[in-house]
Amino acid sequence: MKHGRYPFILSFLALPVGLYAWLVILPFAQAFQISLTDWSGSSNSFDYIGFDNYVNLFKDERLVLPALRHTGIILVVLPVVTIALGLFFAFMLNLGGRSRQGRIEGVAGSKFHKVVYFFPQVLSVAIIGILWKQVYAPENFGGLITGAMTAVGLPAPVNGFLADKRFVLAAVIAVLVWSAVGFYLVFFSSAMASIPRDLYEAAVIDGAGRFQMFFRITLPLLWDSVQTAWIYLSIVALDVFVLVYMMTPERGGPDGASEVVGGVIWKYAFNHGEQAFASAVGVVLFFAALTLAVVSLRFGRREQIEF
Amino acid sequence: MATQTPAPSRASGAPREGAAFNLLSQGFLWLWSLLVIVPVVWIVLTSFKTTRQIAADPLGLPETLHWQNYASAWTNGNIGAYFLNTLQVMVFSITGTMLLGAMAAYVIARYSFPGSRVIYFGFAAGMMFPVFLALFPLFKTLQNVALLNTYTGLVLVYIAYSLPFTVFFLTAFFRTLPTGVAEAAIVDGAGHYRLFFQVMLPMARPGLIAITIFNIIGQWNQFLLPLVLMGRNPDDAVISQGLANLALRQGYEGDPGALFAGTVMAMIPIFIAYVLFQRQIQAGLTAGAIK
Repeated sequence: MKHGRYPFILSFLALPVGLYAWLVILPFAQAFQISLTDWSGSSNSFDYIGFDNYVNLFKDERLVLPALRHTGIILVVLPVVTIALGLFFAFMLNLGGRSRQGRIEGVAGSKFHKVVYFFPQVLSVAIIGILWKQVYAPENFGGLITGAMTAVGLPAPVNGFLADKRFVLAAVIAVLVWSAVGFYLVFFSSAMASIPRDLYEAAVIDGAGRFQMFFRITLPLLWDSVQTAWIYLSIVALDVFVLVYMMTPERGGPDGASEVVGGVIWKYAFNHGEQAFASAVGVVLFFAALTLAVVSLRFGRREQIEF
Repeated sequence: MATQTPAPSRASGAPREGAAFNLLSQGFLWLWSLLVIVPVVWIVLTSFKTTRQIAADPLGLPETLHWQNYASAWTNGNIGAYFLNTLQVMVFSITGTMLLGAMAAYVIARYSFPGSRVIYFGFAAGMMFPVFLALFPLFKTLQNVALLNTYTGLVLVYIAYSLPFTVFFLTAFFRTLPTGVAEAAIVDGAGHYRLFFQVMLPMARPGLIAITIFNIIGQWNQFLLPLVLMGRNPDDAVISQGLANLALRQGYEGDPGALFAGTVMAMIPIFIAYVLFQRQIQAGLTAGAIK
């Protein structure tokens, strides 16, 4: 069996590694290189200008700085809200029911809720964007929320929620949470399933209520999963763009009120022909993602609890 | 029996506070379900309305079933063609992803050779790259080899960008498979290739199915890559890109009914697949997240 081992390994690795190196690793490496030049993207001539793009991007008050601010907001709000809702739902649907004869189970209708909550996860961003754009639409375009608000006599924003500077970012974040919660519900549910039931049953006998069960048993034992979810959601938050592209006026408007980092990269690369600058913004994004992951892995670590 | 005796004494003290909490949390759980169901059902209803009724009566039921929207989305909006385009791409991209992913993962998981850790982490790191960063160089790379605006190019890119997660997940899966069966096959004289195709692949079926579902959903919903790499000819668009085009055109053609009909049509196959396979889909999509 020893013979032919290396030819076999090579023959199995050549295609996947080759393709991956060519279409993933190399373009990323090129982006780093491009970010050090003044290349527009269309011509073949460029010069290396060192870190000028990086210096300039922090002076760009029209696009980059607002985008950094908005992405920063998403980076905080999206994980916090999604994880809180996901944990609450997972707890209620798996453990929150009345304990009948000392057995712990989910509330009535849990199966139905789980199937419903998860559904947005399988819809494409294009569908979600079209759907919610219409839900948020102004009343004279037949928006759902504005229509319902007027029906009960509340003042609805005249231009809908997406063309209003005050609401647009919150509206986009709400859709992000809406589509992500189901995934984290299922994710936390499967983590909760691995916690032995006798822990809860013992707690019930000792007179613990559901709040205590959640904060004293579930949360400490789920810490690793929460951390993983945090990293995933942070990466999702940094990559937000397609929804903004699909839903908002001027793909980041009105007046740049929903401009995000991904959108700025898009605009500089494909609309403004400033490829080098766009790459520099992308590299900053890349290091932000990397730092976040490393920091949360390092400082979020707690003592492992064996069970 | 003895363990259950404390239960009644507790039940007599706590129920009132518990009941209020129950009601509140039940209410909240139903509220979230409605938050998912209402917009989806509403867009289905809206897709049967005339343009006039969509704007004038957003909350009402459709006056008549205006099937015209569906006809218009199918022919004028090209939804049918986009479906076929997507299928045409995905038959190859999914097969390729699974085959190449399984091959790489198998070798990484079951053979020790110099560089295997580097390759493994190289793939795993790919899960964290923001795809924006690569879009433009990728565009140029495909342009240089004349694969821009071709399905071949798109298939190769889909495979390459699905590999990190596929390899990462399948490596973990192949590691959990028992060694006994493989050793028995070797004693029986099976070579490396036969061992993989006839013994290990069938044994890895549950993992392969989970990750195939994951990739099907991921590639079906892919938007950014086709937008950049298949931008020249609108007729070649895949489904989510086609919907986005339709949404853009709806802006000046003023036929929102057709847009919503197209959206509903794009939702139907996903909805059916979800209802039929929701257990596997939930398992498949979250499996990779659980070490």
